[in-house]
Amino acid sequence: MHESHDVKVPIGPQHPALKEPESFLVTLNGEKITQLGVRLGYNHRGIEKACEERTYVQDVYLVERICGICSHSHATCFVQAVEEIAALDVPRRAKYIRSLIGELERIHSHLLWLGVAGHEIGFDTLLMYTWRDREVVMDLLAEITGNRVNYGMNTLGGVRRDISPEQKQAVLKGIDALEERTKYYIGIATEETTILKRLSGVGVISHDDTIRLGVVGPTARASGVERDIRRDDPYAAYDELSFKVITTNTNDVFGRAVVRLLELMESYSMVRQLVNNLPDGPIAVKAPRKIPAGDAFSRYEAPRGEDAHYVKANGTDKPERVKVRAPTLANVQAVAHMLKERYLADLPIVVAAIDPCFSCTDRLLAVVDPHETGSGVITWGQLHSYSIEWYRRRGVDFSRLNETFRAGKDNG
Amino acid sequence: MAEEQTIQTELIAKFPFLTDKVRVTRVRRIWAEVPAEKIAEVFDHAVKKMGFSILCAITGLDQGATLGAIYHLARESGVTLHLATSVPKEAPILATVTGYFPAADAYERELNDLFGMQVQGLPPGSRYPLPDDWPQGQYPLRKDWNVEMLEHHKPPGEMKHA
Repeated sequence: MHESHDVKVPIGPQHPALKEPESFLVTLNGEKITQLGVRLGYNHRGIEKACEERTYVQDVYLVERICGICSHSHATCFVQAVEEIAALDVPRRAKYIRSLIGELERIHSHLLWLGVAGHEIGFDTLLMYTWRDREVVMDLLAEITGNRVNYGMNTLGGVRRDISPEQKQAVLKGIDALEERTKYYIGIATEETTILKRLSGVGVISHDDTIRLGVVGPTARASGVERDIRRDDPYAAYDELSFKVITTNTNDVFGRAVVRLLELMESYSMVRQLVNNLPDGPIAVKAPRKIPAGDAFSRYEAPRGEDAHYVKANGTDKPERVKVRAPTLANVQAVAHMLKERYLADLPIVVAAIDPCFSCTDRLLAVVDPHETGSGVITWGQLHSYSIEWYRRRGVDFSRLNETFRAGKDNG
Repeated sequence: MAEEQTIQTELIAKFPFLTDKVRVTRVRRIWAEVPAEKIAEVFDHAVKKMGFSILCAITGLDQGATLGAIYHLARESGVTLHLATSVPKEAPILATVTGYFPAADAYERELNDLFGMQVQGLPPGSRYPLPDDWPQGQYPLRKDWNVEMLEHHKPPGEMKHA
């Protein structure tokens, strides 16, 4: 008989492609997580300091590179703060184009997430389908901005590129196709019992704990916290749009999937409103090189939740201070809470469900057993396989679903 | 901007020392400069009595002789209140707000790592965001810090080309 004892499993920390790599130290008793420690900061690149040493215009491009997915979110959040200090009157057409790119970015991000979630639970056919569909919106972004990511649309005082009538038609056509696909995914996610078994009751965080821990974005809305910066503190064109703030009260990974799927439907509706009601007029006003002394606080509903930028100007062409609070920093601390007393097999999907850009690559796992001299090293990929096998032994198996969908029962 | 003005009036009525220190810069943006010895009291009132139940971020600032901190608070309605305070650089001490907002843990460790702010009452935990072997006493977001200072801490003679 073996004595029961705790095993510590360090997970992470980093891959240079990630916005916020994390290191988790998982303490296990048998298969259950008794404690989860989070160590952040592995990819701290000193962007806030670098912003102080560059001009405002250079900083627009620098902050856009904080994240490879929410790039437009950070750039918009930053320029809004600077424009407020400089009292710039951004043209309505520019505000509409900013919101349009923002919603297209959210569509690409949520579709990407759906694929990652599918992969983490072993439903890889879903990954293939959603990432194929995501190409539609990536192509639209490339067509309008010239880039698939890091769009470079923003400038101080407005946007850098206008939208042509042909581009508007292409957007509407692409959105129609994606809406049909999304309805199909909503059906799969809410009707397939295998998915329900795998996601329901997993990664639970109550409404009160969600508020207490300051959770943001779809993760918070899936626990019934009805907060959305687009509605609560509107920016760009959102005060002229009609949309619902999607919430559920299942408090689990299933709810986080439903919220993101239904948010996709809202985004399609917003894109149509933006394209159909795009006001005429200029797309930018001229911004001064030197920004007068002052400060401002800008909030933005990024795909992962509230992004916040504080900018302080000192009258020169370089900011005195730029402060960024990205949504993952608010959410990652809640992961420990969601995983306490849960099985190790749930770790991949629970981590993925806050959408931290964490699961998209191989990661190193070192298994350290404090009671024995040896320690082993396994990869994120092996944890992924362990998780899928663990559930398969308990009857939650995606092989059949993967087969049926591949075999073309799907009509896409 | 009725909500903003009500908040401004309420803050000044409750804390007369804030007279002329509360600015409403635009819709949903209220700023207050609070003396360091009063920040805990004003923060407590704003969070518990005035409905500022969301902490968006904490900003650190190097202001020359002093270090600044701005607590960016928000209401469900979208109105934000920014409580700014300053402490002397030679004794930069603040009390933790993790009792109100557990998520402030990361924000306050950031103040500590990047500005050298001493936050009292922070629960034990790993530092953030700098690496564990970062040289002591170097605070990269202070204005007098630059990357050359970091290189002075490298062992002499290492990796040098003629």
